[in-house]
Amino acid sequence: MAATITEKILARAAGQEHVAPGDNIWIDVDILLTHDVCGPGTIGVFKREFGDDARVWDADKIAIIPDHYIYTADTKAHRNIDTLRDFARAQQLPYFYDPGTASYKGVCHVALPEAGHVRPGEVILGTDSHTCTHGALGAFATGIGNTDAGFVMGTGKLLVKVPKTLRFVLDGELPEGVVAKDIILRIIGDIGVDGATYCAMEFCGSAIDALSIEERMTICNMAIEAGGKNGIIAPDEKTLAYIKSRTDRPFTPVYGDADAAVEAEYRYDVSTFVPCVAEPHLPSRYVPAAEREAVKLDRAYIGSCTGGKLTDFIMAAQFLKGRKVTIDTFLVPATVEVAEGLITETIDGMSLVEIFAAAGCLDVAPPSCAACLGGPEDTFGHAHGSEVVISTTNRNFIGRMGSKQASIYLASPLTVAASAVAGHIADPRDLLSS
Amino acid sequence: MASTSKIIKGSVYVVEDNIDTDQIIPAKFLNLVPTIPDEYAKLGSHAMAGLPEGHPAFVPEGTDKSPYAIMVAGRNFGCGSSREHAPICLGAAGIQAVVAESYARIFFRNAVATGEVFPVESKVRLCEAFKTGDVAEIDMAANSIKNVTSGESYELIPPGAVAPVIEAGGIFGYARETGMIKQRD
Ligand code: SF4
Repeated sequence: MAATITEKILARAAGQEHVAPGDNIWIDVDILLTHDVCGPGTIGVFKREFGDDARVWDADKIAIIPDHYIYTADTKAHRNIDTLRDFARAQQLPYFYDPGTASYKGVCHVALPEAGHVRPGEVILGTDSHTCTHGALGAFATGIGNTDAGFVMGTGKLLVKVPKTLRFVLDGELPEGVVAKDIILRIIGDIGVDGATYCAMEFCGSAIDALSIEERMTICNMAIEAGGKNGIIAPDEKTLAYIKSRTDRPFTPVYGDADAAVEAEYRYDVSTFVPCVAEPHLPSRYVPAAEREAVKLDRAYIGSCTGGKLTDFIMAAQFLKGRKVTIDTFLVPATVEVAEGLITETIDGMSLVEIFAAAGCLDVAPPSCAACLGGPEDTFGHAHGSEVVISTTNRNFIGRMGSKQASIYLASPLTVAASAVAGHIADPRDLLSS
Repeated sequence: MASTSKIIKGSVYVVEDNIDTDQIIPAKFLNLVPTIPDEYAKLGSHAMAGLPEGHPAFVPEGTDKSPYAIMVAGRNFGCGSSREHAPICLGAAGIQAVVAESYARIFFRNAVATGEVFPVESKVRLCEAFKTGDVAEIDMAANSIKNVTSGESYELIPPGAVAPVIEAGGIFGYARETGMIKQRD
């Protein structure tokens, strides 16, 4: 019987021949991801339910990646990391990426595939809604709460409902200046912040095939912003090459059937797409950047699991090379590997760090989630007043970057860079051609 | 603890569409760990602290309990983060049920898995049919909610496949009852 990639992965994880949307099934989990904000609560649930001396189901399948509240004086934030550290030691967990040590990585969703924990065909559950990012590598990946994660920690299993699939077929060639972030903001704008609730968002078509792995991650990362349970892209040669450069572990990719029934299919010709922003205070408030040039900005922010990968900084640097920003421009690489890339990656002989410095950006911050979610008051980039911010992050909810009075516009790294130069929202194509 | 045969009566707090988890519990309070009892109580004191200015106080200054027992909401309640702090802070503040037109998936799941609040879906949009401070009575068995203040009654959508998990008090209770994990000694 024909099935989608999501249904096939879930069927395999449930040990069943076939599953149908709406079925409630127990699945085996391949990777459980947690971080400093939800890890301590997950461990609390695990101990409360299984006992203080209980052992986790499989130490090799747990990745603990603290990233949210790292560079802060907040004492509870430090206490929470201590809780993770003690637990990792007691349970002898090999994949605890400890802040302040050489193993520290940074933002979990960029770090997880970097460290080889994401493999096609597998099931990844994480205590973070943007766990859907990992569908970009052909995995079934979704966010769960502490209680479910505590359950997984003890059993390796979880009861899940098989989602319906919404298929997005993206063909055509992206115009210059238009990138993955513009694709996903356009889709969320069309279907709304609850347009994919409970559904798998499957992305395919020649425009998806043409994207790099990191750009595919940007798209799947924001599936949750339309309410999606998971975002997913079938693995191809690029995926397999990426995975093999990151891990030796064996895996078996899963592919969907082209004739599988889906709940709905949306078709787009991406050659008609334009650089855009999502206006405050919802990611679905799509508008072409060119239509909001009157919006004056106080800040630009490049960072997070959505827009803080190396390719995001390369795009911004291509634009900022030889130009000057006119507003405070915050740069937060997602991970240590990205931060190193800013030094080693060059454009015409200049490193990205040099390009950003020459453009007048603020000094590059150490990798973490930083102001993507506001965080403690002393967080780098935290908004404190009525700042108008353009950001490569994924959420522009009221108060998201720390201040309820602040206005956040979401955009691609190119549009953020162009706007940082202009001091107002700007369409990068205007300057790319000049 | 929620139960599908229960009557829940109390005063109502009304919000509209797309109430995200940053409004339910702002990120600056996520350093609190819900399984630590006094931090659980503190989470209650900060429930709904992210609502924009102009909303009535949900939890009075200096306390950790809300005078409201039921939250009435529009579409897509609880969108955004997977932070379980969201249903937990509502439960800690004393909310027993949320009645929304629709839910974001992870919030609904976390509410059921923890047993902290009963997430109920209404057949029709209720955020205009109730005002904050009205008294409501939910009859779980009859799948109805009555606005005691106005006298009007409205239909609720039966919980369906999640009912046994709610009855069992959450995912652990359900897994023990069905033999997925062993009963406590
Ligand atoms: S970067 Fe932002 S969206 Fe991504 S995991 Fe961190 S806080 Fe969440």
